[in-house]
Parts: sequence; structure tokens; C-alpha cells
Amino acid sequence: MAEKSRNLPISRRGLNFETMMWFFTRLSALGMYAFILFSLIGALVMGARTQMNFADIMRWGFTPNGTHVQSTNVPDLAPWVAPLWRLVASGMVLLAVAHGVHGLVVVADDYIVSPRGRQIVRLISIVVMLSMSVVGLYVIWTS
Amino acid sequence: MGLNRNVGLFTGLRYRGKGPMLTFVLHRIGGVGMAVFVATHILASFLGGQGGLFVNAIYEHWLFQIVVFFCAMFHAINGLRITILDLWPKLIEYQREAIWVEWAVFIPLYCFSVYVIVRTAAGG
Repeated sequence: MAEKSRNLPISRRGLNFETMMWFFTRLSALGMYAFILFSLIGALVMGARTQMNFADIMRWGFTPNGTHVQSTNVPDLAPWVAPLWRLVASGMVLLAVAHGVHGLVVVADDYIVSPRGRQIVRLISIVVMLSMSVVGLYVIWTS
Repeated sequence: MGLNRNVGLFTGLRYRGKGPMLTFVLHRIGGVGMAVFVATHILASFLGGQGGLFVNAIYEHWLFQIVVFFCAMFHAINGLRITILDLWPKLIEYQREAIWVEWAVFIPLYCFSVYVIVRTAAGG
């Protein structure tokens, strides 16, 4: 039986792409938590406590995009569409798309087991990831 | 080549993994659900027009929001548990306790959100 990899130094563990993505999934989750916390604190600073309800502020937290506060009692939309929030929303979309598409590949790998099928899944996932990132950024910066 | 697990679909469905299995299933449903919802939401905002407005009107419906919020909230809280346990592997010993803590955080937060969503939909 081969030596357990947890007893090996990182340089001999075979740090391949799948391992990197395993780490990326965890770290991007923490990154998204950071973006959500930052957006929630920013919303409270901008006066959300008296102008938005809990569901609206959570929606803003998941993606700080100006169109997410249009239906609330916010008197002035200007601070909510500042470049800072577009940057945070862009980071959120890029992380979420990469995290989500990789998650779909992991799910697909549980049901599609032939090497050829897995190759096709990976090709499709790369196309979907790139196109959704571009479309997401376009929506954020033009809305 | 390919994998051979020697387990059929129905044997798999009869597997009783209790708490950890339930979080695994809900995490997967929530993840796939969110991927579909977020993708359609972004595409609808991108395309605009009659079709886009129609899709986003469904998206803003309170019944739909209750489902989406379950997916997002459970995936986020369960994902945080997985991240913490994976980055500090010694804590794996307390996995079941961590799942109880997870439900203790999720249930009040989700119930309060559903209450707010329904109250807003009822017009107040």
C-alpha cells in the first residue's frame, strides 16, 4: 500500500489540478463570505437599516448591484451604483461563476464516468465559465 | 476504463446516512439549484426585453424567493462548515456536533427570512 499522502511534504503530494481546485472551492467560499460581509456593512453605512428590509439587504449582500435596490425605499441610488460596488459585484460574480461551474463538474463526474464523457463535460464547462463571466460583468457595468 | 462502484441506483437510494448524508444531499440540490437560478437570472438581465422581464418577474415572486433563499442560505452555511472542517482537519472528529450548530444557525435565520419575504408579499 502506498504511503498516505498526508504524511508527505506538499512537494511530494502530487499537487495536481484537481487538488488546486479542491483548495480553490474552499478559499473562494471564504472569499465570497468576505464580499458578502463587506457589502452588508457597506449597506448599513449607507442607511439600509431604515430604508430596506431584511430580504432586500440579503439580496444586496449576495451581489451588490444597483438594480437590486431599485425596488426599495432608498432615496438616492447614486452611492449604491458607485464604482466600488461594481468592483465588489464583479469580484463576486467571477468567484461565484468559477466556484459554481467547478461544482457542476464535480456533480457531473459522479454520474458521467467514461473518460471521453468527462472530457466533453470539461470542454463545455470552460465555455460556460468564460461566457457567463463576460455576460455577468457586462450586466454589472452597464446596468 | 471508468469507475465501477458495484452499487446500483436503488441500493444507493436506500442508503441511510442520517445527518451528514442529509446535508450532502441538500448541499448538492442547493448548489445545482443556485447554478440554474443565477445563470437564468444573469441571462435574463442581459437579454432584457419581454422575455427577460418575464423571467425576472418569476424570479421576484415570493414563492420562488423562498426556494432560492433556501438554496443559497443552506449552501452558504453548510459550505462554511465544510470549509472550516477541511482547513482544520482535526475538527472532523466533531462533525456531528458541527452539523447541529449548523442547523441551529440556519433554522432561525431562514425562518426569519421567510417571515420577512411573506410579510413583504402580503403588502407590509
